[in-house]
Amino acid sequence: MKNGEHIDNTLNHLFRQESGKMVAVLIKIFGTENIELAEDVVQDALVRALETWKFKEIPDNPRAWLYRTAKNRAIDIVRRNKHSRLIDFSDPQKQLLTSSYTLETTMNDYWKEDHIKDDFLGMMYACCHPDISQENQITFILKSLCGFSTKEVAKSFLTSEDTISKRLYRTKEYFRKNKIRPIIPLPDQIASRTGTVLSAIYLMFNEGYNSTHVDQLIRKDLIKQAMLLCRSLLSEKRTQLPEVFALMALMCFHAARADSRLSDHGELILLSNQDRTKWNTALIQSGEQYLNSAAYGETLTNYHLEAAIAFQHCKAKSYLETDWQEILKYYDALLNIAYDPIVFLNRCLVILELDGPKDALNTLELVKGNKLLEKYYVYHATLGEIYERLEEYVKAVSCFKRAMELTQSKKEKQFLRDKIAKVSG
Amino acid sequence: MKEFMFLFRGGDDIWNTKSPEEQQEHMQHWQKWIGEIAKKGKFVGGERLRSHGSTWIDGGAKIIDRPFTEGKELVGGYLRVKADSVEEAKEMAKGCPGLQWDCSGVEVREIWPEG
Repeated sequence: MKNGEHIDNTLNHLFRQESGKMVAVLIKIFGTENIELAEDVVQDALVRALETWKFKEIPDNPRAWLYRTAKNRAIDIVRRNKHSRLIDFSDPQKQLLTSSYTLETTMNDYWKEDHIKDDFLGMMYACCHPDISQENQITFILKSLCGFSTKEVAKSFLTSEDTISKRLYRTKEYFRKNKIRPIIPLPDQIASRTGTVLSAIYLMFNEGYNSTHVDQLIRKDLIKQAMLLCRSLLSEKRTQLPEVFALMALMCFHAARADSRLSDHGELILLSNQDRTKWNTALIQSGEQYLNSAAYGETLTNYHLEAAIAFQHCKAKSYLETDWQEILKYYDALLNIAYDPIVFLNRCLVILELDGPKDALNTLELVKGNKLLEKYYVYHATLGEIYERLEEYVKAVSCFKRAMELTQSKKEKQFLRDKIAKVSG
Repeated sequence: MKEFMFLFRGGDDIWNTKSPEEQQEHMQHWQKWIGEIAKKGKFVGGERLRSHGSTWIDGGAKIIDRPFTEGKELVGGYLRVKADSVEEAKEMAKGCPGLQWDCSGVEVREIWPEG
């Protein structure tokens, strides 16, 4: 590997891992009204690293180098602004930043490992404030805490950089106006606030896992970052809730199968045809451990059940050996928590395996005309599959055609086209 | 509430003989001391001064390339605090970590009240 390439890789990796933490600490120092300033300092440290390392070598501890650079820059900014109104120093701890007797010592305190962790988690909770729309939450998390550029966030959401900038602006305004402080919520609020954080993480994960239309690299990044965020929640006692373990387990099981979902030519491969030897056993094992940790207390969330279902699939040696009976139980439990037409549809697929196409069709009759499902390509693809098995090929073709109209994904379109060819032939 | 100025006398002679670790540890004592004053809402400001400087003397006719006094008399820094009474200010000043180190004296002076 060339030196330049090596630096790029090291920096990219470091940046994804560390920039969010640095931003969080700097926001704690400068205040949520100065988020841009915090981001600039981190960006600056990155540029400096790139320039310095190009001519010398990568330092032994590049992470420490980046942190030190950001910290020194923060000291500069504080010194220069101690009499300006840019930063609010009224808090007693921050007041100590204004004196040369205490500036450096206090600044060092801000960068202690346990404070860094708290600030990062605090920022996650701030980003996932229930008043901020989920779309804006994730946009902000990706930009500020995961080190995505505006361009990369735009790519993740298949939207323009302009839209992303607007979303970021709105969130920053919200922080400013409501003086949102990045802190880990108190025990009486932690469960509900964590729920919002987990939804954002899961959505981010799915954005990477399900969307077949996005850039491969960005998709992998989204999956990795979502898991990183969840893992950082698990690194802190206060946020080690059963549902956090459950989501972590769920993501491990899904991620374990990610590579077997596409053929070498980029075609979608259904679960029944996936090469199970390609599944990542290490991830499945970690998933199982997380799932065990999730099983305490009274809490049973969707994540628990979805993880249990995913685990059943991971456990089965072959598609035929899948324990559909067990899986059906979990689906029933899921629908028991809250009715969701998509879950209902997935349950029908289990019935298709267990009881055959006739029963599956009868079950699907119950949701005929559901507005959400009517627009959901999987619903029509499932119907097509059922008709195919019932050997009603004309109906099957028309269902697959309808499904094709409803999906944007090239890979899925191709998959459906192949289906139609097979059924018509 | 009155305001006071603590003037720290004494130079950097000891400072320069200490290792960076010892210096850092010493500054942590300052942070603790000032931090407690700040927690009570009584810290206004304060700075450490470099030991070199220049002084205009003789009614502004002459300048010398050093602070007016040197050695133990040199003003090494100051702190501005709030206190209800001279007694409180005196008690507060007693905790100055410099007294354990390079500071020959902590002078407590009330700031000329406004208006």
